[in-house]
Amino acid sequence: MKLTNVLAWSSALCLSGAVIHAQESSDTEKLRQQLKQLQESFEKQQNEMRQTFERQAREQQAQIDALKRQLEAIKTNPPPAVAPQPGARAITPAELPATQPSSSPQAAVRPWSPTDPIRLMGGQQNYISLSFDALFAAGTSTANDIDRLQLGGHDPKQRGFTIENLETTFEGKVDPYFRGQANIVLQIDPEGETTIEAEEAYLEAMSLPLNLQVKAGQFFTEFGRLNPTHPHTWDFVDQPLVIGRFFGEDGLRNPGARISWLTPTPFYSELYATIQNSQGGTAFSFRNNHEDEPFFGLPNSQGRVRDLGDMLFSTTRYAASFNLTDAQTLVAGASAAFGPNGTGDDADTQVYGVDLFWKWKSPNQHAGFPFVTWQTEAIARRFEAAAFPGDVVIPALPRETLYDWGLYSQVAYGFKKGWVAGFRGDYVTPTERARYEEILGERDLDRASRWRLSPDITYYPSEFSKVRLQYNFDHRNGIGNDHSIWLQAEFLLGTHAAHKF
Amino acid sequence: MKFMLSKFKIAWLFAAFFCAATAQAKLNVVATLPDFGSIAQEIGGERVKVTTIAKGTEDPHFVDARPSFIRVLNQADVLIEGGAELEIGWLPPLVNGARNRKILANEPGHLILSPTIRLLEVPTGPVDRSMGDVHPVGNPHFWLDPENGKIIASRIAQTFSTVDRGNASFYQANLKTFNDRIDKKIAEWTRLMEPYRGTKVVTYHKSFEYFAQRFGIEIIGQLEPKPGIEPTPTHINALIPRAKEEGVKLLMVEPFRPRKTPEYVAEAIGAKLLVIPEKVGGNEKARDYFSLFDYDIAQITSALRSNQ
Repeated sequence: MKLTNVLAWSSALCLSGAVIHAQESSDTEKLRQQLKQLQESFEKQQNEMRQTFERQAREQQAQIDALKRQLEAIKTNPPPAVAPQPGARAITPAELPATQPSSSPQAAVRPWSPTDPIRLMGGQQNYISLSFDALFAAGTSTANDIDRLQLGGHDPKQRGFTIENLETTFEGKVDPYFRGQANIVLQIDPEGETTIEAEEAYLEAMSLPLNLQVKAGQFFTEFGRLNPTHPHTWDFVDQPLVIGRFFGEDGLRNPGARISWLTPTPFYSELYATIQNSQGGTAFSFRNNHEDEPFFGLPNSQGRVRDLGDMLFSTTRYAASFNLTDAQTLVAGASAAFGPNGTGDDADTQVYGVDLFWKWKSPNQHAGFPFVTWQTEAIARRFEAAAFPGDVVIPALPRETLYDWGLYSQVAYGFKKGWVAGFRGDYVTPTERARYEEILGERDLDRASRWRLSPDITYYPSEFSKVRLQYNFDHRNGIGNDHSIWLQAEFLLGTHAAHKF
Repeated sequence: MKFMLSKFKIAWLFAAFFCAATAQAKLNVVATLPDFGSIAQEIGGERVKVTTIAKGTEDPHFVDARPSFIRVLNQADVLIEGGAELEIGWLPPLVNGARNRKILANEPGHLILSPTIRLLEVPTGPVDRSMGDVHPVGNPHFWLDPENGKIIASRIAQTFSTVDRGNASFYQANLKTFNDRIDKKIAEWTRLMEPYRGTKVVTYHKSFEYFAQRFGIEIIGQLEPKPGIEPTPTHINALIPRAKEEGVKLLMVEPFRPRKTPEYVAEAIGAKLLVIPEKVGGNEKARDYFSLFDYDIAQITSALRSNQ
């Protein structure tokens, strides 16, 4: 086919060249003759090509038919013995129940040949489950500072198109003792640079006694409901404001270890204790230098480490679930994170959160629909800002304690197979104006009150794709109102790991 | 404070051990589907306590991994699952969260039924998702063939006998009772269905293939254009003339499916729409594995009788 194209194009080029030449000589008779010649040779070439192609196709079809006949012959008269694959566990006749009429189809395993497609899922082998998830967004906003309007790292932050999240997940059983998972995220930033992020990579001990489980590596902190989840599971295009304000654009996550205990209560309840490194951008309210930009009016640094305790922040979470009826489930949780922050010696941060998740799913659900979910999280932060002695740019600031809080509440209604309508309200605020704001003589816009209302509608053609339309009404104290509209699309290849409830 | 806390924890641990000790009295069995649960109850009798995860009334592909089941699985001695990727969307996080070594993969307490069942519709060519929700190892709705019910029962009896050796003879005796009873029932059901052998039907999803194969009815198409994909006008408009031409008498639909399209199609082809459970507990009449077939076969035969 390609060859035909090349021929056609080159003939066309020759043709145009000839035409120009003819115009120059202005000899119309000559021109006509040349044209005729060219057309004839072109048609001749085309005919030859067609004949060759048809002949080849006939030959190939004959070969295919012959192979099919051979295959049939093999099927009806199977070869005497198929060597069992090393490692593959065949079902021995003794293991089969007496009523089983013949061996199962899986037992007849054909040896792998190099021409077979390589499959990472299905069949009897499962060493690694691999999936790739892509989230895109497109839209616009009336705000001139969209990168400040949107707080999440995976949120759309520019007019036009955004590549929110290209996530590759590797998951599998490591050995009889551990399960492993890694999520590697690629993103394209507004400057067009591709960034890579080792979002999570951890192992989880599967067979500890006393109802314990240990997780270690790089992972999202078990704080509230939304923080430990990945963007593709969210009901909205963007991250709630309260998560962005207290945990930064990438959520709370860092290298560390977590132990969790399934408590022996009659209902489900679980207690988590986590320690993680306290420095860096993914420990936003802790030892974070905020990319050397002033935070709460003063420079922050990662440098402060007086003792071992300063290197880490700790998080505790307790979650419990109750089945209210056959169709209604409630999950309630409380979380707290404690650690040092980057404003100076002896300055700590405490973050507290409560969360509630309620779901109704029809006892006659078809493909998971209809359902209604309601999810609310409230988070409060106590931040001790150390005194700042002052420098050439920033005046001296006293030590003070800053209190901020916020919440989001969202409802999702899956009204018909594949269709979900949602509504979310967001609110974040400081409890009072800080002294540093008075001394600096301006309101800290990253701390000012703001709220957002977001209706959205999502269509899932299957579990592996979705299209979502969302409108955001934003009010920011000191800045004003903004309207944004975002369209989001997702596709997922490979295994769709089951979601935690 | 620290001391108080540890004392409190010790009290809890004692409580946990106490719970575990009392639970030992009966074998704690968790079944993913009510059908497996029903057969497990037949085999285990009063010596087992059976909990079922999926409800009989709901779509078995989309069950919620409610956290309460983590607690239930934590206490389980035996977990029975169908396999063939039926439970892939909801069972793994429950087992991962349960912290119960007895039911981890490849442990004697974790029974996966599909490997010893001859699955239908095992794809012979390459499979990809443009074909819809095709299960790469075959159709997982195998419990609707009572002969497979016998295989399920024998695997369950085998598992119970391994995990709870003391009661092995009890389980084997129950298995024999079950087999005798179901053999009689299969003969009865086959006799009832015999006059309707070769009847052509349409279904919503590929849920009734095993039933059809056992009782000699012929499924000529589904309302779904591809497994798990909702009916489209193009597909329905092509299906209706074909079903008419083939003389389809019945449209069989599980109770949890939407009714509008099935009603329209049944009307258009002049077939009877039958809403019948494909799982135990699909309605109040299908209480256990036997009454499920009793009910479905009574419905089918009476619908076909009135149609003639």
